[in-house]
Amino acid sequence: MNRVVLTGGLILALLTLATLILEIMRRRSGLPYRELGARIRSWWVMAGLFLALILSGRAGAVGLFALVSYLAVKEYFTMIPIRRVDRRIIFWAYLAIPLQYWWAYEGWYGMFIIWIPVYLFLLLPFRQILTGQTRGFLESTGKVQWGMMLFVFSVSHLAFLYGLPEVEGHGGVELLLYLVVLTELNDIYQYLFGKSLGRRPIAPAVSPGKTLEGFLGALATTILTAVALRYLTPFSVPQALAAGAVIATAGFVGDLVVSMIKRDVGIKDSGDLIPGHGGILDRIDSLTYTAPLFFHGVYYIFY
Amino acid sequence: MRLKTLFFLLIVRPLLLLLSGIRAEGTERLPRQGPAILVANHNSHLDTLALMSLFPAATLPRVRPVAARDYFYATVLRRFVSERLVGILPLERRGVKKREEHHPLEPLAEALDRGEILIIYPEGSRGEPGELRPFKSGFAHLAKMRPHVPVIPVEIKGTDRALPKDEALWVPFIIDIHIGEACYYNNTVREFTRRIERFFENGDPHADR
Repeated sequence: MNRVVLTGGLILALLTLATLILEIMRRRSGLPYRELGARIRSWWVMAGLFLALILSGRAGAVGLFALVSYLAVKEYFTMIPIRRVDRRIIFWAYLAIPLQYWWAYEGWYGMFIIWIPVYLFLLLPFRQILTGQTRGFLESTGKVQWGMMLFVFSVSHLAFLYGLPEVEGHGGVELLLYLVVLTELNDIYQYLFGKSLGRRPIAPAVSPGKTLEGFLGALATTILTAVALRYLTPFSVPQALAAGAVIATAGFVGDLVVSMIKRDVGIKDSGDLIPGHGGILDRIDSLTYTAPLFFHGVYYIFY
Repeated sequence: MRLKTLFFLLIVRPLLLLLSGIRAEGTERLPRQGPAILVANHNSHLDTLALMSLFPAATLPRVRPVAARDYFYATVLRRFVSERLVGILPLERRGVKKREEHHPLEPLAEALDRGEILIIYPEGSRGEPGELRPFKSGFAHLAKMRPHVPVIPVEIKGTDRALPKDEALWVPFIIDIHIGEACYYNNTVREFTRRIERFFENGDPHADR
């Protein structure tokens, strides 16, 4: 627990530093840097909420991730084109969210891991039969199930990770903090390296801002950070190196996958819930990939 | 504090926040005080609640959605909600003869004279999801009677998914509200109706004037 508080303190120190740098930039240039200012302010709010709730205990942490899933999938369902009857299908999908997080809260692994990929997967087509609307069945079922997989099933791994029992003196809360801090730092590293050195776009059609330089710079720094934060985990040095590489790469892919959805439906930002960041999808895009991959790596090796 | 204000602060706003979430653009163009005419598209009962919830509590008592008396005062419960909680301005739809001394829009013009902010749905009633029906010209006639009153177009999206006509199940979808620039009556009723209607077709009434 002390290690969690220490890491929380480091995060707040980092945010203080960012705020100070912003203030110096403002004084020197006389520019307001409104976007960046809003971004940093939102980081304060998000970091504060996250730290407070994971320290508050299991109910607070699981509740936070359930809320994040709900808000994210709501943004997703709002932006995709749907048929009129789909609102009924989507209603059932929403009902699956509290249950998924209840399994995570209870630590019932068997149910947690099949509830959305198996039971909901079989249930949604059944609900489609009741609508009697055959046209667009496949597309509608696919879209709803896919959103539930990415924004509920994937994200709920954060909640299950939190509840994992201690390994070599390290509780789930420490692993969770390790994963989330590395994922978010990797996003920031990518942004900083991309802005300063970025020249070669990796996927120009999907997201022109993503560059090879940004990705590689972030990969290296995230791996270093993963080793530095090893005190939160039972990892050996090679394991921490691997965790850093997986998080950097998966985070990058998750970000692009959410960009693919936005490109497909033709919008730039998924929302305005988080000032300076966009919608909640824009903030958790990387986590949708890093959370299940990190979780299953840890689960395979230590549990 | 008025029942209407409490209803919005304690029930409507928290429910909308939890179950839908509103993304509003141009809230700074909402009038702080009347008179004003808000013209909006209409697909759901949530339109009124969502739009009204954007007003500060102090302005709320003056915001009056114009609605058909025969429908909204039909039952005791519906009348209580419409009259006390939402505070509609009931409009007589039937049996009004166009006599010189009593113009059917007179009560609306009087409300404007009292400094109220009227919400008018010129499609008549709630349309099918996502569909915009041709505008009726009532609001333009009203604007002609009080040409100094600003007419503000408001586009509402997402309520047709969250709670469409003839459905009782509220499904969470985000509601987008886009508040346009104020327009003032000029030229003819027909031209003014078209000008406002065009905002809903291309998002800006000043676009192709």
